[in-house]
Amino acid sequence: MIAGYVLPPVLKKMGFPRLIISGFLLLLFIMTPFVDADLPAQITNIINRFSWNGVLVLAMVPMIHSGCGLNFGLPLSIICGLLGATLSIQFGFTGPLSFMMAILIATPFAVLLGGGYGILLNRIKGGEMMIATYVGFSAISFMCMMWLLLPYTSPTMVWGLSGNGLRPTISLDGFYNQVLANFLPIQIGSIVIPTGSLLFFALLAFLMWAFLHTKTGTAMTAVGSNAVFARAAGISVDRVRILSVIMSTWLGAMGILVYQQGFGFIQLYNAPNNMTMPTVSAILIGGASINKASIPNVIIGTILFQGMVTMTPTVINAMIHTDMSEIIRVIVTQGMILYALTRKTEGAK
Amino acid sequence: MTNNSTPLLQMQNIKKDFFGNQVLTDINFTLGAGQVLGLCGENGAGKSTLMKILFGMDVIRETGGYSGDVLLDGQKIQFNTPFDALEAGIGMVHQEFSLIPGFTATENILLNREPQKKNFVSEIFGERLNTLDYKEMDRRSAAAIEKMGVKIDADMTVNNMPVGHKQFTEIARELSKDQLKLLILDEPTAVLTEREAEALLASIRSMAAKGISVIFITHRLHEILSVCDQVVVMRDGYVVRDVPAQETSVSDITKWMVGRDIKGSAAVAESRDHVDAKTILSIQHLWVDMPGEIVRDVNLDVKEGEILGIGGLAGQGKLGIPNGVMGLYEAGGTVTFAGKEIPLNNPRQCLNESLAFVSEDRREVGLLLDESLEWNVAFPAMQIQEKFLKKLLGGCVKWRDEKAIHGVTQKYIDALQIKCTSSKQKAKELSGGNQQKVCLAKAFALEPKFLFVSEPTRGIDVGAKTLVLDALKQFNRDSGVTIVMISSELEELRQTCDRIAIISGGQVAGILPAAASSEEFGMLMVSQVK
Amino acid sequence: MSKKVLNLARNNAVPIMFVIICAIFIPMSGFSTSYLLNEIITRMGRNLFLVLCLLFPIMAGMGLNFGMTLGAMAAEIAIIFVADWQIWGVPGIVLAMILSIPLSVALGWLCGTLMNMARGREMITGYIMNFFITGWYQFIVLYVMGGVIPILHASIQLPRGFGIRNTVSLLNMRQYLDDLLAIRISGVKIPVLTFLVIGMLCLFIVWFRRTKLGQDMRAVGQDMEVARAAGIKVERTRILSIIMSTVFAGFGMVIYLQNMGNLPTYTGHSQIGMFCIAALLVGGASVEKATIGNAFLGVILFHLMFIVAPKAGGFITGDTMVGEYFRVFLSYGVITVALIMYEAKKRMVRSRVGQELAAAQKEGEGAQ
Repeated sequence: MIAGYVLPPVLKKMGFPRLIISGFLLLLFIMTPFVDADLPAQITNIINRFSWNGVLVLAMVPMIHSGCGLNFGLPLSIICGLLGATLSIQFGFTGPLSFMMAILIATPFAVLLGGGYGILLNRIKGGEMMIATYVGFSAISFMCMMWLLLPYTSPTMVWGLSGNGLRPTISLDGFYNQVLANFLPIQIGSIVIPTGSLLFFALLAFLMWAFLHTKTGTAMTAVGSNAVFARAAGISVDRVRILSVIMSTWLGAMGILVYQQGFGFIQLYNAPNNMTMPTVSAILIGGASINKASIPNVIIGTILFQGMVTMTPTVINAMIHTDMSEIIRVIVTQGMILYALTRKTEGAK
Repeated sequence: MTNNSTPLLQMQNIKKDFFGNQVLTDINFTLGAGQVLGLCGENGAGKSTLMKILFGMDVIRETGGYSGDVLLDGQKIQFNTPFDALEAGIGMVHQEFSLIPGFTATENILLNREPQKKNFVSEIFGERLNTLDYKEMDRRSAAAIEKMGVKIDADMTVNNMPVGHKQFTEIARELSKDQLKLLILDEPTAVLTEREAEALLASIRSMAAKGISVIFITHRLHEILSVCDQVVVMRDGYVVRDVPAQETSVSDITKWMVGRDIKGSAAVAESRDHVDAKTILSIQHLWVDMPGEIVRDVNLDVKEGEILGIGGLAGQGKLGIPNGVMGLYEAGGTVTFAGKEIPLNNPRQCLNESLAFVSEDRREVGLLLDESLEWNVAFPAMQIQEKFLKKLLGGCVKWRDEKAIHGVTQKYIDALQIKCTSSKQKAKELSGGNQQKVCLAKAFALEPKFLFVSEPTRGIDVGAKTLVLDALKQFNRDSGVTIVMISSELEELRQTCDRIAIISGGQVAGILPAAASSEEFGMLMVSQVK
Repeated sequence: MSKKVLNLARNNAVPIMFVIICAIFIPMSGFSTSYLLNEIITRMGRNLFLVLCLLFPIMAGMGLNFGMTLGAMAAEIAIIFVADWQIWGVPGIVLAMILSIPLSVALGWLCGTLMNMARGREMITGYIMNFFITGWYQFIVLYVMGGVIPILHASIQLPRGFGIRNTVSLLNMRQYLDDLLAIRISGVKIPVLTFLVIGMLCLFIVWFRRTKLGQDMRAVGQDMEVARAAGIKVERTRILSIIMSTVFAGFGMVIYLQNMGNLPTYTGHSQIGMFCIAALLVGGASVEKATIGNAFLGVILFHLMFIVAPKAGGFITGDTMVGEYFRVFLSYGVITVALIMYEAKKRMVRSRVGQELAAAQKEGEGAQ
């Protein structure tokens, strides 16, 4: 393919894995007409999935910046979001207001749990990623009990028969299903653009970008780049790290709410488990490393990853008449994370 | 020693340079079997480089090898790895312990040389599945300990041992090698108590009596006189003296170690007198827990406007002082700056009081290697003094002012002649000397009243050295900033500073004007070595 | 004396906690003693071998081997072939073990190599590794088998013509190892042969610690740089420890599957690593130190808790699901706590050295 050529600097900067995945995606696009797949539908699909997942991927950024590594503890923030969502419905809010309330209710949980999680991560510097994984698991299994035991009563959410315990999947019809997506949607031919969702992502991404340009944001980047340097420059490393964890947790909570409004359902119990790896992988595909990430990494990564997720089933299935997409997804997702882990961390660390 | 036999070790015209920087020139000496040779010299005199050549360390080969011949038993040798040197019968005990903490003395002594027994599994799967012969291990370690002549418990695990016993375990490890002919001891007594040190000296004598030659490196000169047959003194990469031990004294050796020719001392800074100036920084009873650079009970007053040098041998605690005062390592005592006591263990407070620090550890502490020069230069000033920030929305948002950052960085790039492609270049892409200048620029950008500079010329080439030192002087003269400069190189201190304090054994051994003679400094340096 | 007891309690907090949990839950569950004994003996036979394979990487300082699942996958592939060739009974079991070796070695080598590249992050690398290899495993089982490699018997093949069914029956292999030489003591079946095999692995581990390679692994585990300076091939030794762990995990998985009597093709291995690691930790092991005793105690306590938790949960809350989630929570929780303690201890050791030095200087200062 590119053998024999010297890679142009732009491509070199993109990194080998990103190049392969972009190439793969491009190939899928080219193949689309030949396998009679509906290209506009595919594009709509990619844009939709981008709007669902963008905020979740964005939630990786603060912790990577402060040197806490890849946030395998994402389930913890998802739980904050789920608490916000379920409580908002429990309290009887409906329509767009239920979305606002979900955000409001999730926020204190995110701050408290994120703060505690941050303190924990400060005590175990260097082992963040493995512990984050298991903190996530523990939190999920703990909440599995809680979903059963907490005194929820809203009939839309609890099991019909016994009257207590939440159902694994809760429909958001009448609550905040598509509440962002239906804000000023734009239709171009058969492609529908969920403007509201994209705007919401853009707003959060802009705030993140802006934060990284402030004094505190600069300190956060410096802590992730070289914690000893930051300490010598008078920065309280632990405080900055806790702040980053709280930000990540809150963004994760927002991320799952946005995801729910696009997907149309709240998924409880073990469902948060399935969000972590794709999200981590997406930002890595976007070109982030264990201690460096930027907003473009988030955008490119989400597009590439979701592109792969939507395109592979249709195109590959049409080509070889069998569903290999799941396997390709697993191998790419995990392979990407492995690649990032085994790469030498840049710089002083 | 009989004259007709060839000496065990001959060094002939050894030369070595690191990228054009000559560190060893025409080293010649010989060492007979069963002889003890004392090797002394200041830090940077070339002792360790010489030993690295002898021991076949990778770093020598990686930096272009050496010229000249090393002869062992009259045969020319050239080791590619330390393992070759071990094979040939050269053993070395390093300053850092190289022991497995959870293993017993015996297991450490025979580490990776355990006697083994074959079994049917190892016949099939290879030698690594041989079982260890524990009886034989005990016998050999006992023999090695016996040979050393100091009693240590062979079954005690290293993490339970006192420091001295760890040192003896290492020595026993070398002695357990049957082929051992020459043992190099690099400052072995540095960590020992007085009694342990005496035991070690006795053991060196008994090793020599058994025909093993020893090269003994130490700063404790009286030890050299008490145990060595021959003393070799090195300075600036030359052997300046090679004399029998009986014919010399501690003061002679000191003089040779630090003595400079007239040309060197001509460059001494025009010494200014600040006796009448008020004391700006006063350090009382400072202790600092910096590993390898421990400070004990230091009292030191710094006068406003002067450049004070802090010198001394490596490991004596001179680096601990700035690191302790600036809060990077745990410290105690009182530090008063401009009449106000500053709390220790709190870097932020020191910086708020307009103290600044250029660390000796450029890569770990001094720089954000992955970030641009702009970030490196502007970061502390931005965080501490809110410089280079634009206040938006009525002060709620402190926005990075890229233009101001670019401006200040460019200013220092020009002023300090930092060689870079642009102010956006990453710090890690710069050479050592230019990185050091960036560290200075970072401190200058804080516009401090007081500046600690630690080892400003470590690892940078001669041209950059002069530039850095001149920049410091100019900063002192133009801005009236008080500077404390810590350096291992006495010459450089004498060129730059008004007064020089010498730290020895974690304490201030004395303060001399820069114009004092090298001998005086030398005596202070070794006065309280621990 | 009381101090000693206190110390003992502190060092064994996790096992003691599980003993208490079991003591409370057993009466609530209402299971009979003989039922519990039977279950525990069965589960010991089923799981102990797998748990013991974790000891090798711990010895080499590589932490809990989350990548042991790779061995389980190798064993599953081997056992699918054996089932397809209709070689049943003990010969089938032995053949499956032998077949798993080359695959385990290859996967172990790959895993060890990657861990060497990600030094300091071995555990998370192993953990991700098992998902990555799961992807390839699915590829092989779903497409290669029957697609490229011929599968002879339709009974294990998907109706579409290639790929393996969700469950492969191992009925003709079921508990063959357990039943051979089994004895019954008042209604409790003891699978003597299985225990003999486990006993042999224990003996091997004891013996292995006394070999040159075992000694090297311990040295590498404690201080890689010192070991390297002494001429030990650090990377190779670490890879070997992972390979050994993977190969034994493969054997362990075959024992596990012969006991279960069927192979859930796509989910069989997914939780193995987690359960084994949790069991070992419950037995009082830590990330850097584990003994055979920890493995035995851990398997007993962990599985006792696992058996009684649902019913006990039902007793307390009226909902057995709560008990099910509770036992999962405990498994994850114990791993989380062990990992946190390991990392926090590393930091404590560092700061303690500092404190001691400071105190010594203070004394010295006072004396002056």
